[in-house]
Amino acid sequence: MRIDLDIIPSYIKDNQDILDLGCGDGTLLKLLRDEKNSNGIGLENDHDKITECIEKSIAVVEFDLNKGLQQFDSNSYDIVIMTLALQAMERPDHVLDEMLRIGKECIITFPNFGHWRARLHLMLHGKMPVSDLLPYQWYDTPNIHFCTVKDFESLCVEKNISIIHKDMVSEKNVSSFLCKLHPNLFSETAIYHLTRN
Amino acid sequence: MDAFPKGSVGLVQAKTQHFDTPLPLANGRVLSEYDIIYETYGELNSDKSNAILICHALSGDHHAAGYYSEDEKRPGWWDHYIGPGKAIDTNHFFVLSLNNIGGCNGSTGPLSINPETQTPWGADFPTLRVRDWVETQKRLADLLGIGQWAAIVGGSLGGMQAMRWALEYPDRVKNCVAIASALKLTAQNIAFNETARQAIMADPNFLDGKYNEHNTIPKNGLAVARMIGHITYLSGDGMGEKFGRELRSGSFSLGCDDPLEFEIESYLRYQGAKFSTQFDANTYILMTRALDYFDLAREYNHNAVEAFSHATCKFLVISFTTDWRFSPERSKEIVQALLHAKKSITYAEIESSYGHDAFLVPNKRYNDVFSGFMAGIAHDIKRGEI
Repeated sequence: MRIDLDIIPSYIKDNQDILDLGCGDGTLLKLLRDEKNSNGIGLENDHDKITECIEKSIAVVEFDLNKGLQQFDSNSYDIVIMTLALQAMERPDHVLDEMLRIGKECIITFPNFGHWRARLHLMLHGKMPVSDLLPYQWYDTPNIHFCTVKDFESLCVEKNISIIHKDMVSEKNVSSFLCKLHPNLFSETAIYHLTRN
Repeated sequence: MDAFPKGSVGLVQAKTQHFDTPLPLANGRVLSEYDIIYETYGELNSDKSNAILICHALSGDHHAAGYYSEDEKRPGWWDHYIGPGKAIDTNHFFVLSLNNIGGCNGSTGPLSINPETQTPWGADFPTLRVRDWVETQKRLADLLGIGQWAAIVGGSLGGMQAMRWALEYPDRVKNCVAIASALKLTAQNIAFNETARQAIMADPNFLDGKYNEHNTIPKNGLAVARMIGHITYLSGDGMGEKFGRELRSGSFSLGCDDPLEFEIESYLRYQGAKFSTQFDANTYILMTRALDYFDLAREYNHNAVEAFSHATCKFLVISFTTDWRFSPERSKEIVQALLHAKKSITYAEIESSYGHDAFLVPNKRYNDVFSGFMAGIAHDIKRGEI
């Protein structure tokens, strides 16, 4: 299980309406249905992943997120979630606005580009970082808008968004102490639970 | 060796049920008595929780799967998707498929005798709306003791029946599957239907719909109606791939004056001619009108979200990329309304070059999506959640 998916249920109350943008194979929605009795819908564009959702009896709608979410009513979901996909959006800032328009709250996870390995990779090799979690080359990556934890929090301040919860996690054996001490340096994945002020 | 292919429900037999409780129709008239012909596949379980209703489209009937005899060349119209191990898996489900009233394959329709006049109904058969079919389907369910359908499934006009059920009898539908369907027809779609009807009515043998009394049929008119339909059920690209500009006969060589026939002409003529003797013209008119009149949200302030707010079932909606008669846009309108109504909705848009006919044709992704959804229902039944 991806570590961000492990943590998200702890943010969520029972019986909430959830919209998962880019829900992948439906693992998170299934977890939320089983543990939190969530009423969830996923949007996904990948055909194989849609089939995997259906096999899990997860309600999924074939949908291209880059076409925009105008058709969704304001405040129509308790929580709108996007995991590890914000960096692949054409305009992450607009997506964030939309998530907080449609949902009363939102949960976003993204790979932290301020992680020490990314920094070291660039410093030592002078090349764009390639890792297990982000295995792409610069020219074929779907991840077109990387940011660091610091960048993201600046955007939140600018947009007057308040942080309800945040967790900084690492898949590898880095102690949670280090993640807490210097999140922008030691966390691989950032998890934010946000709402509008 | 088995007489039937693997995955077939095998030999099937139609049954006819007579109803003598008068049926009040949406148009204000009453049908005093009627017959419904139907087939079933698979076994109804002890708590009657595994029943699936199949609703047919414009020219469909009750023979959805299997064979009537070992000599029958073609199985039922949805045999690709109904059978043991198929999307609608008869190892798990009890499947009921009927011919709607107004039809011409065994249920009471324009070919039947009007008990009041003792002559065939013909064009006097009452115009029907989708809700009338839902009502007759409900009466058949009552008679068979099926209190709740595990799923109601239909393509095109069949999808409209499935959706109408979900609004009219929410506690009797657990899942609704609407394939290549729409909330209502567009002006263009109605226009195609009207052109087809006019082709039938312009046939001198139509005789104001009383052709049966004169022992004739409007063969040419119905053939043209079918040709128009056929063109709109296929996609331009699909037709191009299959027929191109190939010639069936003749040649474009200079100096050659033989009669020319394109493959597509020959194909359409063949399809039209075949249909014109197998189907009833008054039924064709009645069915296309029911399609035109259907508007799921009409009684709900023309608001599809309000309409769907009455439903309690889960929905699966499927569309096909090259279907321009019931385009993906129409399915997306259904999905949009269901999302707004906060219903459980799964939607997939399937790549296919077969146009509207794609819902009848084998297709890997369509099958994966459809089978996956139905397997979830079978799983719920096993766990006693249906």
